[in-house]
Amino acid sequence: MSDRARRLGHTARRLAFPYALLLPALAIFAVFVFFPFLKNFQLALYKTPPFPGLPSKYVGFSQISKVLTSSDFRNSLWVTILFALLTVPAGIFLGLVLAVLAHQKLRGVGIYRTIFSSTVATSVAVASVVFGTLMSPQVGLLPWLGINPSPAILSNPTLALPAVALTTIWQNLGLSFILMSAGLQAVPEDLLEAAQVDGAGSWTRFWRVTVPSLSPTIFFAAVIGSIYAFQTFGQIDLLTQGGPDNKTNVLTYFIVTQLHQNQNPGYAAVLSIALFSITLVLTLLQLRFLERRVHYAR
Amino acid sequence: MGRVLLEHITKRFDDVVAVNDLTLEAHDEELLVLLGPSGCGKSTVLRMIAGLEHPTDGRVSIGDRDVTEVEAKDRDIAMVFQSYALYPHMTAGKNIDFPLRARHVPAAERTQLVEQAANVLGIGDLLDRKPGQLSGGQRQRVALARAIVRRPEAFLMDEPLSNLDAKLRVQTRAELVDLQRRFQATVVYVTHDQVEAMTMGHRIAILDQGVLQQVDTPQAVYERPANVFVARFIGTPPMNTLTGRVTASADGTTFETPGVQVPLPVTTAAAVAAAGVVEAVLGVRPEDLRLSATGPIAAKVILVESLGHERHVIGRLDDGQTLIVRIPGDVAPPEDGEQIALTPTSGGLHLFDAASGQRVDG
Repeated sequence: MSDRARRLGHTARRLAFPYALLLPALAIFAVFVFFPFLKNFQLALYKTPPFPGLPSKYVGFSQISKVLTSSDFRNSLWVTILFALLTVPAGIFLGLVLAVLAHQKLRGVGIYRTIFSSTVATSVAVASVVFGTLMSPQVGLLPWLGINPSPAILSNPTLALPAVALTTIWQNLGLSFILMSAGLQAVPEDLLEAAQVDGAGSWTRFWRVTVPSLSPTIFFAAVIGSIYAFQTFGQIDLLTQGGPDNKTNVLTYFIVTQLHQNQNPGYAAVLSIALFSITLVLTLLQLRFLERRVHYAR
Repeated sequence: MGRVLLEHITKRFDDVVAVNDLTLEAHDEELLVLLGPSGCGKSTVLRMIAGLEHPTDGRVSIGDRDVTEVEAKDRDIAMVFQSYALYPHMTAGKNIDFPLRARHVPAAERTQLVEQAANVLGIGDLLDRKPGQLSGGQRQRVALARAIVRRPEAFLMDEPLSNLDAKLRVQTRAELVDLQRRFQATVVYVTHDQVEAMTMGHRIAILDQGVLQQVDTPQAVYERPANVFVARFIGTPPMNTLTGRVTASADGTTFETPGVQVPLPVTTAAAVAAAGVVEAVLGVRPEDLRLSATGPIAAKVILVESLGHERHVIGRLDDGQTLIVRIPGDVAPPEDGEQIALTPTSGGLHLFDAASGQRVDG
């Protein structure tokens, strides 16, 4: 009997030990991730008073539905989607083009690889300042070249979002290039050789063998790129501050202005939940696809 | 079908000579095996025929056409890769269809050809599966079907059986031979497995360090190896090779080394005299040695290995050289440490020049 009790005690200790080891990490996560995350949901249920100092009022789900149906939110969501559509496909396409160019057995091709991937080492602030200067109506290169619309590019309702998108594409190009290069290197050489022997020209080989082999990489880049696009803040803050006329007011920037300028944490909390949900869906999509990729293993 | 002709082919990778001045022809409807140890250049030769490598020197012809400067896609050959190289994102059917599609064969004809090729290989019911859902043997069949779906001038096969388990390998070997006969195909087949080479090849070309050693029928290569390398490479267990000296006297010409005094046949003796060979290598296959009460070779048994149907007696000569004797399983083997005498069978002796390694009697 005592033998059995001892064995039970031993089993209990063996099971508890791993959890004990997880506790410190769990504590940090609880304070800095789980608590703010849950608190945000709570904030979304309370309406912030019009004047500071008054108590916030519990309004339940009414604030959520009000914010999500507001034209400001719909505009911001649309701007964000448009921004993702402008940046993600173009970024992947350019990254792939550069990767294909650099995927040659040529002397000195390493220099090109370094140059193509160098924007990874550039911060958002630097990229924004560089492009802000290029497009500046006073000192910019583009106006000097004769491209000088009125109003100026970054204050132009039609051109501001594409201009910020261009900055973002440039900044993310290094990452896109590195992802596509890695993908290209993983395409088995014997598949391309088999296609060659099977009579396929270089164009057919690229479209029917290389691109399908790259599809997991392309999908990964698309999801990661979309998540990045939905979390864009720095470029907007430095180049356009959401303007002109909210034409570049992406979700994250909208959240920050609601929180800081309008002092409206309830409203900002609802926007955060919306952004979280979109990112969650994108992430789940990515996970599901990564599982499917197993079938690609030969 | 057509022949494949290589003329004075050399391939250098930087400072490494992978293939050196190779001239070789696979005749029309012949199954020619390129055999050699890994790194001997046999795969490079195959890749040059395919157009995947460009020779540094020399000419490649397929059929009556000089294809040295022709791209792989325009060479009209089919290749089976060691890895099978199936397109993982396409079904088996689409894989088989790929060479037809790439060559713009009309759709109706393609469907029929794919079906035929699949039926020949017994994979008609697997066409909708992707390579990841197939077993190794099934993938191999898909790869073969993709090769035979067209009627190219020649088939190139790069160790196509090496990824199969032993049992499947033996079975597929026979099927490949049967396919080759039915299609009357010209096949260049690369392998490092001498059993595959012996059983499948009409002729075998043996390569070592990029140099062609011998081309002949399997039986001829086995019975009259051109040099010491071929002698040792073909046969399991390998041919015994003893180094020693050749001496001529009034009684005839003998090969001598401590404990060994083997009289050479008259024809060999004449060739030795003509070539002036003194330092020599005597080759004798394990099955061409007989245990006897007295004999020209004296050895001490160091190990007896039993394989059931036969035994390998490993003996050591007085000067430390070892040799293997093959005896039937029902013959009582000698004891370890026992002194034995061995007699070579008539016609079982091969003599090579020790300096060049070449066979002395032509």
